[in-house]
Amino acid sequence: MNKTLNQKAWFFVIPVFVLVAFNAVVPLMTVVNYSFQETFGSNVFAWEGTRWFKEILHSERFHASLGRQFIFTFIILLIQLPLGIAIALTMPKKGWGVPVCLILMSMPLLIPWNVVGAMWNIFALPEIGFLGNSLNSLGFDYNFTQQSGDAWFTTILMDVWHWTSLVVLLSYAGLNSIQPAYYQAAEIDGASRWDVFRYIELPKMKKVLTLAILLRFMDSFMIYTEPFVLTGGGPGNATNFLSLDLVKMALGQFDLGPAAAMSLIYFLIVLLICWVFYTLMMKDEGRT
Amino acid sequence: MKKIKWLVPTIYIIFLMLPIYWLLNMSFKTTTEIINVYSLWPQDFTLDNYKTIFTDSTWYMGYVNSITYTVFNTIISVSAALPAAYAFSRYKFLGDKHLFFWLLTNRMAPPAVFALPFFQFYSSVNLFDTHIAIALSHCLFNIPLAVWILEGFMSAVPKELDETAYVDGYSFGRFFFKIFIPTIAAGIGITMFFCFMFSWVELLLAKTLTATIAKPIAAIMTRTSSTSGYELGLLAAAGSLTIIPGAVVIYFVRNYIAKGFAMGRV
Repeated sequence: MNKTLNQKAWFFVIPVFVLVAFNAVVPLMTVVNYSFQETFGSNVFAWEGTRWFKEILHSERFHASLGRQFIFTFIILLIQLPLGIAIALTMPKKGWGVPVCLILMSMPLLIPWNVVGAMWNIFALPEIGFLGNSLNSLGFDYNFTQQSGDAWFTTILMDVWHWTSLVVLLSYAGLNSIQPAYYQAAEIDGASRWDVFRYIELPKMKKVLTLAILLRFMDSFMIYTEPFVLTGGGPGNATNFLSLDLVKMALGQFDLGPAAAMSLIYFLIVLLICWVFYTLMMKDEGRT
Repeated sequence: MKKIKWLVPTIYIIFLMLPIYWLLNMSFKTTTEIINVYSLWPQDFTLDNYKTIFTDSTWYMGYVNSITYTVFNTIISVSAALPAAYAFSRYKFLGDKHLFFWLLTNRMAPPAVFALPFFQFYSSVNLFDTHIAIALSHCLFNIPLAVWILEGFMSAVPKELDETAYVDGYSFGRFFFKIFIPTIAAGIGITMFFCFMFSWVELLLAKTLTATIAKPIAAIMTRTSSTSGYELGLLAAAGSLTIIPGAVVIYFVRNYIAKGFAMGRV
């Protein structure tokens, strides 16, 4: 669309600008402020320069939680994207099945995050939970509160349960926008099912899939509440992801300086990766 | 191939429903039964857990609080985002692209980063433990999202609609409220759904910004489970009840949900 140049359009943006700036700029400046100082309680601060940043960047604790975070996000994307696309492809296209599928599949998305954690906690408890009990009676030695492998398995399964539907709904919307003429043409050309997927469906879904990757990356990279309730970061530090570690440091130990420095580094990593995705996406829409 | 096609979504839905069923199952059991007996359905069916929640004001006020700030937030986010999204979809202006990306960065910011400064900031302006504080803090991620979705829907409306209206002598205000808003009504509905959804499910900020008066139901759940022993039955009942508002909202937008999740970008 051709946009008209109109500087007065800024007036339309002012309410949004004020509300978001009020929420983002002031707290962010507080974080920046802390990240350069040492606090001794009762509002006594001392300038520390870049000490906290150096400490965080060299701290093994940060490397460990950052590593865990990347592995977690990578596994999540690797499972949820193909699974979501597969489900969207097999979903009914018309009839009573459509609203039923859509409503039931959206359910996990609207449950408060700590309820998701609590629900999976009682679902996976080894003695009294359905998942834990079933796995144990099948002969697996499963206990997510004691064994780190099981804790990872449960956390990932929980996230797959919680968020795959988002990928499904996005892919489904992308598939629905394909005109029947494309399929007819493919049939005339004698294209195989794979060819149809590879050359018609996948390119048409590119836009929504970029969006799905962007959203899933952002949200899984800042995951906090669900693992906090499910495992509390344990056993030991096995599922101690970045946000969990950060909150432990900031509110638990009250190490404001290092926590602030870690916040900024954390935010910059997310920002950088999202910027790459965003640029790719906007280029695709022909808006840059 | 055709015959087994329905199997994939069916298995997926069963997988989705299992933990929800387990939660419901537990909510109708007594805590002693949950701990001592493993059963696929309640042996000793009880409604006591729900009765406790509906008669104890510290419990049911949690739901009132959660719904209050969620509704506040939805209204604030959508009404602020409407003109902004219109500006982004129709006009070029100084710094528009940078501003748009800056807005989105706030959706990307991990709430954990903001928890502590928010606590100090809202305490210093005397808004701590109020509904409006949570509603405002949730604007951090809901306004960017609302602008993003609405912009997608508005860009799909041809600009000729605006131009024809002006030729017909409509003022901007009359055009915007009488013609434009009804045209994108579905988009506004979807945006409200998303704002409601993300404000309803968020806990970290809502918990940090409240003590007693405005405490959300989700936070009350975490507190009760740690102080009065582990009341699993009560916890399950409270959890089951938090599913209801979401289910109601989904039912209303069911016809737009697929397009809505693509944020008008299909």
